[in-house]
This record gives sequence, C-alpha cells and structure tokens, in this order.
Amino acid sequence: MSVLELANISKHFGAIQAVNDVSFSLEAGEVVGLMGDNGAGKSTLVKMIAGNFRPSHGTMHLEGKEIVMHKPAEARQHGIEIVHQDLALCNNLTAAANVYLGRELRRGIGPFRILDYASMYKRAGQLFAELKSETRPRDLVKQMSGGQRQAVAIARTMLSQAKIVLMDEPTAAISVRQVAEVLNLIRHLRDQGIAVVLISHRMPDVFDVADRVIVMRRGRKVADKKIALSSPEEVTGLITGAIEQVA
Amino acid sequence: MAVTLDQTIAQKQHTFLSRLFANQTFWVVIAVILACLFLSFATDAFATQKNLFNITRNITFVAIVALGMTFVIITGGIDLSVGSVLCLCSMVLAVTMHAGYSIEIGILATIVTALAIGAFNGVLIAYLGFPPFVVTLGMLSVARSLAMVASNNTVVFQFGPDHQKLLALGGGAWVFGIANPVLYMIILALITGFILRWTKFGRHIFAIGGNEHAATLTGVPVKQIKVAVYMISALSAGLAGIIQTGWLGAVTTNLGTGMELQVIAATVIGGANLAGGVGTAIGAIVGAALIEVIRNSLGLLGINAFWQGTFIGGAIILAVLFDRIRNFRRSD
Repeated sequence: MSVLELANISKHFGAIQAVNDVSFSLEAGEVVGLMGDNGAGKSTLVKMIAGNFRPSHGTMHLEGKEIVMHKPAEARQHGIEIVHQDLALCNNLTAAANVYLGRELRRGIGPFRILDYASMYKRAGQLFAELKSETRPRDLVKQMSGGQRQAVAIARTMLSQAKIVLMDEPTAAISVRQVAEVLNLIRHLRDQGIAVVLISHRMPDVFDVADRVIVMRRGRKVADKKIALSSPEEVTGLITGAIEQVA
Repeated sequence: MAVTLDQTIAQKQHTFLSRLFANQTFWVVIAVILACLFLSFATDAFATQKNLFNITRNITFVAIVALGMTFVIITGGIDLSVGSVLCLCSMVLAVTMHAGYSIEIGILATIVTALAIGAFNGVLIAYLGFPPFVVTLGMLSVARSLAMVASNNTVVFQFGPDHQKLLALGGGAWVFGIANPVLYMIILALITGFILRWTKFGRHIFAIGGNEHAATLTGVPVKQIKVAVYMISALSAGLAGIIQTGWLGAVTTNLGTGMELQVIAATVIGGANLAGGVGTAIGAIVGAALIEVIRNSLGLLGINAFWQGTFIGGAIILAVLFDRIRNFRRSD
C-alpha cells in the first residue's frame, strides 16, 4: 500500500490553474525527485501536501485513509514534515532550540512547567549522531555551516514518527561538499523507511539520490518514471517542453 | 586517538568564563562597579547611605519599565509609548483614589488601563501589520493627552481614604530597610528572567526576534505572542506608575516625559539588540544602573548638569560599539 496517494489533484487561484489534474503515489522508503521549471506548479503541489493550501479538486489518501488538511500543524500530526527552502531557522537560538521550535519539551506539573533543556540537548544530540552530522546541540545556528544548518532542519522532521518528508530545494545555495552531506542525510531518511519528496533544480542531485522522477510543466504531470529508465537529457527535454510527455 | 562523532557532538565549545567575557552585560557591570569605586574615593557624598538609597530608588522606575521593554525589543519591536502610559496610569490611579475609591480598586483600574493600551498597540501591530514605531508613537501622544483630560491638567496630591496606604506602598521600606521600589524591581526582574529562560513563551519571544518567518512556519503563535509582549510592556509602565505615584505623593501630567528614551537606552546598554533576538532581564537593570550612576556622579563631581545628555548618549554609543567590535572579530 502506498504511504500517500494523490488522485486528480487540481488547484487554481482565481483564473490561474497552478496545478491541473495531478495523480501520483509515494511508497515508503522511496526518494522521489520533483522537477520542473519555475512556475510549473511544484511548490503549489508540495504546499497542498504540507497543508498550506487546500486542493480545489481531487483527494489525498494517507495509508489508505482520506485526509483533508486545513493548516500545516494538521499535516504534521499526520506525519508529513517539510524542510523549507530557507530552512526556517532562528540564528539567535541553539541547534537544539531550533530542532524543538514550536514543540518544546517541558517538565513539571500542571501549569508550572519549565523548559526541559537537558532532554532537548540529549535528544537533539542523538538525532545529529543518527544523521552522522558534526553538529553540537548547544551551538548557535548563527555559527554553523550550510550542511550543519540542513542537519538541524532535517533533525526537526525526525522528532516525531514522520512518514513523509518534503524537501524544498535543499541543495540550492550550498557548497559542493555540503551538497554531498545533504544527499547523505536524504539517504539516511530513506533507509528509515521515510518517503522523501525532493524538489530540486539540480539534475545531478536528483539522479544521484532519487529512485523516481516526476516532472511537471505548466501545472501538469508530464512524466513519472524510474530514474534508471530515464536520463538527464530526457528530463531536461520534459522540463522545457522539447519532449511533450512520456508514459 | 581519533575523535568520534559522539565526542564532537557532546563537546561544549564555550566555558563559563569565555561566555562571561563575551557578554556585554558583564562589561557594563564592571563599568558600574568601577564607576562606583572611583566615586567612593573621589567624593565624600557618594558612598553615604542616603545617596546610595537615592540611587537605588532612582534606578528602579526606569529599570521596571525597561524589564517590560526587554520583551518587546527581543521580538524586534519597540514601544515608544511607555512614558506616557506611565503618566496616564498614575493619573488613573490618582483620580480613582481621589474620588474616594479604595487603593485596591485604584490599582485594579490602573492595571486594566495598562493592559487595554498594550492590547490596542499589540493588535494593531500583530494583526493589522502596523509598524511598532508608528503605533506606539501615536499612543505616546494619545496617552499623555488622556492623562490631561482625566485630571483636567491639574496636580493630584490627595488620594482619598487610602492616601497613607499608597504612600507606604511606594515610599516605605518594609524589608531590611531596602526601599520598597527596589524590592519590586528585584521581584519583577526575577519573574522576567524566569519567563525568558525557562518558559515556552520566553523561547518563542526569542524565536520571533531571530526569524519571525521561521517562527510562523514552525507553528509558533506569533501574533498572539506579539500582542502579549506589548501588553507586558504597558503593564510594566503601569506598575512603575503606581509605585512612582506612591513614592512622589503627587501626580502631574508631565510625569514620565522623555522616559521612553531612557528606558530604551537602559535596555540597549544592558545588551539588548534593537534588531531583535537578544536581551536579558539583568541587562535591563544594569543598563538602568549605569545611566543613574553617571547622572548621580556628574552632580557629585560638580560637573555642569548640561553635560548629562552627552555622557549618557556617549554610554549608549560606547556600549553598542563594543558589540560591533565583537561582531567584526567574529565575521573575520
């Protein structure tokens, strides 16, 4: 059974058809590259899965049950996590504080509850160790490298039992060495049985790490095939429209 | 021996001392102590019980409002209305008690007034997207004008049946001969410090100041928290107003004029960053202390009072200069 199943999803903003009749499914432990030019509808599609937008038409099924989400917090409760393009980190806070932002651990009784620093440092440290990232929970994010910042943002998705992680352009603005680090983080999520959707403009990254590629153009899905059966040339053609559509 | 990943992750980069030396508040404390030592030797009048009592009490009004301002500044906002709100709150207290109501009702009315003003500022800023500078600048004018309306621009110095209770509240020294206002300041500073360090609310305030967009995306209730910090700021002005009324024994409509700038100066000298994301309770107190010590010392050293502004302004610029120098070094 698929983790997530989208059926005939459409979204329009007034007269603009951002996403048009898109269907696909996600399997556990699978990395899917979502590609397309600017304005192809990738972000809109992902925002619907993340609960930011409600689809105009179509249905979503999570593990066989239909879900309707009104806000991002509900997506989170369903086990859908997103790593935002700008990572959504606070530079003035520690790595651990960023990992737990919005869901801080507290201890105490009733209304008298204080932040549980010790547990948050410990758990954040474990997550960084799992991700094989040299990131110290007590360090301020301000002082961190691009790869470490990615690790902090990704560790956030591992706090709860995530089923799906959506990653918006995680390799867009970082150095070559850090890209390798981030791709390793993605493989790590996959090995844990999490379905990863990787939105990217970078062909090499998608062909390196993804199992399957979905290409969108002008709001429509124009390709959905195994990486092994495709090629960067073909995907480029699909993105630009040189190739109309493949099965 | 190879360093394992776990060791790297567990490593603490900063010792207690290195963190202390990197802390602006620490250096301001040193400056205050040095100034006090110097003044004790240079003048006969400084280290007298009476003068110290005066200084500590003078610090408190600015410091209490600075505690509230710290919340606002950490979120990256600013509240210019505190001086006027302090005046209006004092006037509400004075007029209510003058009309024959008890001190409890007077204080209740004052606190409700403060919270209402804070909520008004906060809702405009958080939900309607007004710039904090403009909203609170408007409120600076409105609150002072309302204080004049409430009192018909007269001095109120009779506080009805509970007159003595109010004077004792602000002017007494109930514990170990420490002036009451100082006690209130210490209690409020402890509460502020606790909230900032140990509560989810405090953590979220820092998050908003660090990256408001990120806070929103991660599910922090940004709008509600912004309203709350402006209510806290106004409340601190209201409390300072109550205490100051009890201490002075009279309320005029120019009470707290220009106070907002002293308060902002105190928080900035104490290490808060106007860009948001940084600030402490102890910093607010220490900043207020430095300003008061400078003011007091100029008088004692026989320097013309006209120089006061220059010295206090210099302290503000110097405090921020140290912060800039540290940042330059870090970015190298």
